[in-house]
Amino acid sequence: MTHKIVILGGGTGGTIMANRLRRVYDPTEAEITVIDENDSHVYQPGLLFVPFGLTHPEDIVRPRQRQLHDDITFTLCPIDRVDKSANEVHLNDGAVVPYDVLIIATGATVLPDETEGLTGPGWMEKVFTFYTLPGAAALEGALARFDGGRLVVNVVDMPIKCPVAPLEFAFLADWYFHDRGIRDDVEITYVTPLDGAFTKPVAAQTLGGLLTEKGIELVTEFNTGEVDGAAGKLISYDGREVPFDLAAVIPLHGGSEYVGRSPELGDELNFVPADNATLQSEAAPNIFVIGDASNLPASKAGSVTHFEGEVLTENVRRFLAGQELDASYDGHANCFIETGFKKALLIDFNYETEPLPGHFPGSAGPMPLLKESRLNHLGKLMFQWFYWHALLPGRDMPGIKADMPAGGKHRPEA
Amino acid sequence: MSTMTIAGNDIELNDEGFLVDPNQWTEEVAVELAKENDIDPLTDQHWQVINFMRKEYFEKGTGPTVRVLGKVSGVSVKELYQLFPKGPAKIAAKIAGIPKPRGCI
Repeated sequence: MTHKIVILGGGTGGTIMANRLRRVYDPTEAEITVIDENDSHVYQPGLLFVPFGLTHPEDIVRPRQRQLHDDITFTLCPIDRVDKSANEVHLNDGAVVPYDVLIIATGATVLPDETEGLTGPGWMEKVFTFYTLPGAAALEGALARFDGGRLVVNVVDMPIKCPVAPLEFAFLADWYFHDRGIRDDVEITYVTPLDGAFTKPVAAQTLGGLLTEKGIELVTEFNTGEVDGAAGKLISYDGREVPFDLAAVIPLHGGSEYVGRSPELGDELNFVPADNATLQSEAAPNIFVIGDASNLPASKAGSVTHFEGEVLTENVRRFLAGQELDASYDGHANCFIETGFKKALLIDFNYETEPLPGHFPGSAGPMPLLKESRLNHLGKLMFQWFYWHALLPGRDMPGIKADMPAGGKHRPEA
Repeated sequence: MSTMTIAGNDIELNDEGFLVDPNQWTEEVAVELAKENDIDPLTDQHWQVINFMRKEYFEKGTGPTVRVLGKVSGVSVKELYQLFPKGPAKIAAKIAGIPKPRGCI
């Protein structure tokens, strides 16, 4: 019998899963179909660099279909809904796609319209987001025209993709204005709903220290209720105001809209609840979730998706063979944090272990953790090559495993 | 860790003032904790939110975020801030006797 495996979304998670599963099964054993509404695969970590002219939109986009191995069907059509009781996906063009196993890999989207005023007057003029390709590209022009004043970086609310990207944006802006010789004319303010620079205490302290060192003001516990682009201010629900001349806003995030149209599939924000360790959805045993589309308490980040891919490939195989699932995904995430001036930090953590100082991978590893270094910066730049040529094809990365390496991390004194 | 005595019962609170054991919660506890957080009296709308928070916590293992509260509790985010000016998710969780909502990463 030929298994029908349907993958919704042809981004990082969907592509990794399709390519890995293609290697597990030959075409007579399983038909693999990837469905996406467009054929543009964006290297999302590159979005951060676009506003500063460090990369360009055309350098970070490739066709989705070209990243898929032979004998994988690519269907280009928006998804209407999943009917889990019939094991079918309904597409906008009326097509009905049956599945034995469904993998949800449709990621997270930004929802700027959900914040009052955000897409009103001033939007794409002095209020931007670099979380979309058009937004990042437009922000490049706005930054180039910016000769001084108040730049605000604002996270509206969690969860967001790549929780460190807004901090990186602030660090890179500091470097950018230094380079242009106008840093003294620019006030940079980082406005977050969290009670510190980051969610986890040790990293929050280090990153908060870096903000101070770079003269970036930190405003915490600010829940943005309204963006008044005409007057140039953020207004919190509790009535506080932060003025700006230019704002880089990270809007609210949600899962894909079709999740909301699918009975009993997603949560209130259209993310799909799943088991933290097996990635099996709560909706049905034959529906699995990978990457940003899930509601897992892990970072919405490419590294998480990559590590999940190893566990999920094994679990799809086990599920189709009628075996018990492998409950081994530990929440592992690994992120470079650009800090400007050709340096970066590296953090490595999971559900249980917060980002700590030390070395990676393992105590003899060459990369310092939670500490600025040039090597980490080179690692971040090199990663784009690995992304297209190793990660998406589903190859294992040398020395980097799905489980978090426990060695090489220094725990704080109790 | 501290202890607070309400209606003859010793209630244990953690360093941030959240109940250690959500099962020690009673409506009297809520009234007292609300007063300590400058909310007095608790209106019907406050109770609607508090009861919703407890229901979510016991069903899902964590309290809802402000955004989810605004979508599903029947009270808008704006109103939530009027009810709990110092932060609806945190203060309402405290008064509802459930742990601080899990921070996302």
